[in-house]
Amino acid sequence: MKRIDTSGYSCPEPVLMTKRALKSSGQGLEVIVDNVASRENVTRFAQATGYSVGCVSEGSRWILTLTK
Amino acid sequence: MVRLTHTVKTSGCASKLPVGDLNAILSTIPPMEDEKLLVGFETSDDALCWDLGDGRVMVQSVDFFPPVADEPYDYGRIAAANALSDIYAMGARPAVAMNIMCFCSHMDLEVMRDILLGAQETCRQAGCVIAGGHTIADATIKFGLSVTGFTTRDRLWTNRGARAGDLIVLTKRIGVGVANTMIKAGEADAGFTREVLDGMMELNRSACELASSFEVHAATDITGFSLLGHLYEMAHSSGLTIEIDSSAVPVYPQALEGARFGFIPQGAYSNRDYLEDKVLIDEGIDRALCDLFFDPQTSGPLALAMDPASAEDFVSRFSGVGAVIGRCLPEREKAIVVRA
Repeated sequence: MKRIDTSGYSCPEPVLMTKRALKSSGQGLEVIVDNVASRENVTRFAQATGYSVGCVSEGSRWILTLTK
Repeated sequence: MVRLTHTVKTSGCASKLPVGDLNAILSTIPPMEDEKLLVGFETSDDALCWDLGDGRVMVQSVDFFPPVADEPYDYGRIAAANALSDIYAMGARPAVAMNIMCFCSHMDLEVMRDILLGAQETCRQAGCVIAGGHTIADATIKFGLSVTGFTTRDRLWTNRGARAGDLIVLTKRIGVGVANTMIKAGEADAGFTREVLDGMMELNRSACELASSFEVHAATDITGFSLLGHLYEMAHSSGLTIEIDSSAVPVYPQALEGARFGFIPQGAYSNRDYLEDKVLIDEGIDRALCDLFFDPQTSGPLALAMDPASAEDFVSRFSGVGAVIGRCLPEREKAIVVRA
């Protein structure tokens, strides 16, 4: 599964990075986020576009798994 | 042309420091007291109020923030409307103002001129005179005004006079923070962008002037601390609970969609985090609508606590977007209750 890292970016950039990555990845996507706003916003975007979202915390960041 | 909002990380009142951090520091600094100081910073009100001793009260506030619009002229107008709003929120009329500008040395000076001209135009509409200011060089642009206004002691509004039984009236739509995030992301169409910019430029003057013909028990303006944050301050200062009808709050419909798709500014999450234990939200309310209730507003509406007859009369006579969104109840466990 393709993975992108949005660490260091602030909103709305992580959502836009996710949107771009999903266009070229039909198989789902892993998104690394490093703050609560990005975690919540990427989750909202994925859910609004029909994906299920899994979330695993890893130190000071989270790995979101987006699948259809 | 440089898009001003792309030169900064956060826009408008979404750039405020998290209120929890701010309060942690401010609570360690003893407030200065003076018998002429009618309102200081201890009740989180919109401006300081100074008794002039002849029945008049001087009201003073300062507000500035990074660009919230791409066009310098629009940015100047919005920053001015936002700064003037603090004066209107106290029931006063702005009289004089001074510019506060942080400007980047590498940027075209025409940008600075257009920001100042925009602010001047809005102040002219408000009947307020800008006379001078202060400018420093900085890595990113910031602009705003220090504004001085006047009212009388019997017409001074604060956020602490709401009474059980009062209705809460709101005078503009909310959702501006989400809208600005959508604009920055290129996810807002031209029509919506214009509507939001015009909304932020709109002065709270007519709302203030119309409300002045009624007895207003408490007032505030809704800015970076969000609808629920500023109403919490009013409820807390007044010693009561405010119950909000979630379906009655006027919002930008496109901002609701934007929140659903995750275009929510960081400040909304800081606001939610701070308010979590102070607010009770009914189950079943649309999550995106709740997001807008925590959304930091720039140049947002006035929120007015008035007796029911006055509130209904105000809304029927107000030419802008005016709505009764809630009511004041005797103090309960939570200061804010949001009903489905």
